[in-house]
Amino acid sequence: MKKTIISIWNFYYEGFKNMTWGRQLWLLIFLKVIILFLVLRLFFFKPAMAGKTDEQKSEYVGTHLIDNN
Amino acid sequence: MIESALVNWSRAQFALTAAYHWIFVPLTLGLAVIMAVMETIYVVKKDGFWKNTAKFWMKLFAINFAVGIATGIILEFQFGTNWSNYSWFVGDIFGAPLAIEGIFAFFMEATFFAVMFFGWEKINKKVHLASTWFVALGSAISALWILIANAWMQHPVGMEFNPDTVRHEMTDFWALVLNPVAVSKFFHSVFSGWMTGAIFVIGVSCWYLLRKRETKFALASIKVAAIVGIVGTFAVMLSGDSSGIHVAKYQPMKLAAAEGLEDGGTRAPFSIVPGVEIPGMLSILATHDIDGYVPGINQMLDGYTTPDGVRHLSAEEKMQRGKTAIDAFAKYRTLKDSDPQAAEEARQILDENVNYFGYGYIDSREELVPNVTLVYWAFRVMVGFGTFLLLLMIVVLWMEYKKKLVNMRWLQWVSLLSIPLVYFCGQAGWIVAEAGRQPWTIEGLLPVKAAVSSVSVGAVQTTFFLFVAIFTLFLVIETRIIIKAIKQGPKIEEQKGE
Repeated sequence: MKKTIISIWNFYYEGFKNMTWGRQLWLLIFLKVIILFLVLRLFFFKPAMAGKTDEQKSEYVGTHLIDNN
Repeated sequence: MIESALVNWSRAQFALTAAYHWIFVPLTLGLAVIMAVMETIYVVKKDGFWKNTAKFWMKLFAINFAVGIATGIILEFQFGTNWSNYSWFVGDIFGAPLAIEGIFAFFMEATFFAVMFFGWEKINKKVHLASTWFVALGSAISALWILIANAWMQHPVGMEFNPDTVRHEMTDFWALVLNPVAVSKFFHSVFSGWMTGAIFVIGVSCWYLLRKRETKFALASIKVAAIVGIVGTFAVMLSGDSSGIHVAKYQPMKLAAAEGLEDGGTRAPFSIVPGVEIPGMLSILATHDIDGYVPGINQMLDGYTTPDGVRHLSAEEKMQRGKTAIDAFAKYRTLKDSDPQAAEEARQILDENVNYFGYGYIDSREELVPNVTLVYWAFRVMVGFGTFLLLLMIVVLWMEYKKKLVNMRWLQWVSLLSIPLVYFCGQAGWIVAEAGRQPWTIEGLLPVKAAVSSVSVGAVQTTFFLFVAIFTLFLVIETRIIIKAIKQGPKIEEQKGE
């Protein structure tokens, strides 16, 4: 078991270590994830019903659906 | 009352994100299959040339994947922020397929992706080949779950509305998965990805031919790509035919809009362009019967009876039943604690009319008609470019078979310049699918104006322009990296062995 885990680790470790052009792509993915989760999600995309319990959400949407009629 | 500006900006933002996401997805789907076929040839023929060929396209696949990855997540942000009523109302129906996609398909794709890239010199080549095919399969399965969710919005099945939770609850998982709209949509989308991958590979390979470099590599790539692309296009046509039958059955207004059909009937004509029609062809496409009845926009608004005697309600009747459903819903919620019997009666009325719930939000019959000009022309762009690209692939393959392609510079130019057309084709297809089903987020149950959150228009506008900036930046970066990789060419693979 331990041997398998070590081989899997080595497989990934050497794979990442020997990357050339792949590094650029990882940098791109990293940048994108930062922009998506640390900038957009935190500052621009707060869920409209954040902090509400399921019951409160039902009430909120139910009222909204009835009032918009 | 929800402002129409809020609805429009929320829709524009969602459309922008979805359209951007769909730049990357089809190329992933198509290139995955093409490189898997190339690697299969390498394993069968034991010829290192095919290994290097597969590795080069794998490199472009990785660039596209890296830039495209997580763009779909932005859509999920928007569900929570701009479309919170919708997100709650659909309940687990939408959440379940997306969760399965995240847990199963994405991890499957990501695991085999690493094996495919890092394993060339480390694992048995048949195991490596299997991992490449699993990447292709994983990409398709990822697409499957989101398309199941989308198909449910087009044709909602396998659920029941619970007025206590104000959510739709899944009653039949397999009805959701085997929704006929989902099945045809899945094959139509995945095989359109094969077309995209094929046209991309052919176009890039022709660039090498124009530059008189990597000739053997380019011609070999063209052969594989053209065969995959032709097979894919015929599969797109077959699944498109099945999709047409489903649209005629479940979303006849979309079909009428795509055809600009104001007054329908039996032997309905198919419009090639305004003023040029094929008599009876629309009936054949929509019902597989030249005498099949296809309702036009006016029939659907006025109400009609099909030749088999089935009566379809008019817009006003549906709107009335929708209002009855919403009134019953309101009454049920008011009385459920104080007067259970009256609440139960209200619930029965709601259940009888729930399929028309969304019509209760419609103020005028005109709202039920999508943008006919947009949908009509988007359909023609999709079919027109698709037909042209099929012919192009056949001609390119034939000329390569005759050993003439290498000297046909005009055909090489046409192939290179056709790369954008396959993207227009795919985007136009989604415009038909999504703009054609307006005003609905969920067909018949929830129009867009009842689905949006109460957020400020300014906030949605800000994020819209923010996305335009971010998406443009990433697209420029991807294009630059891909162009750089193409300019380096496949030889770099042989030197680096990556």
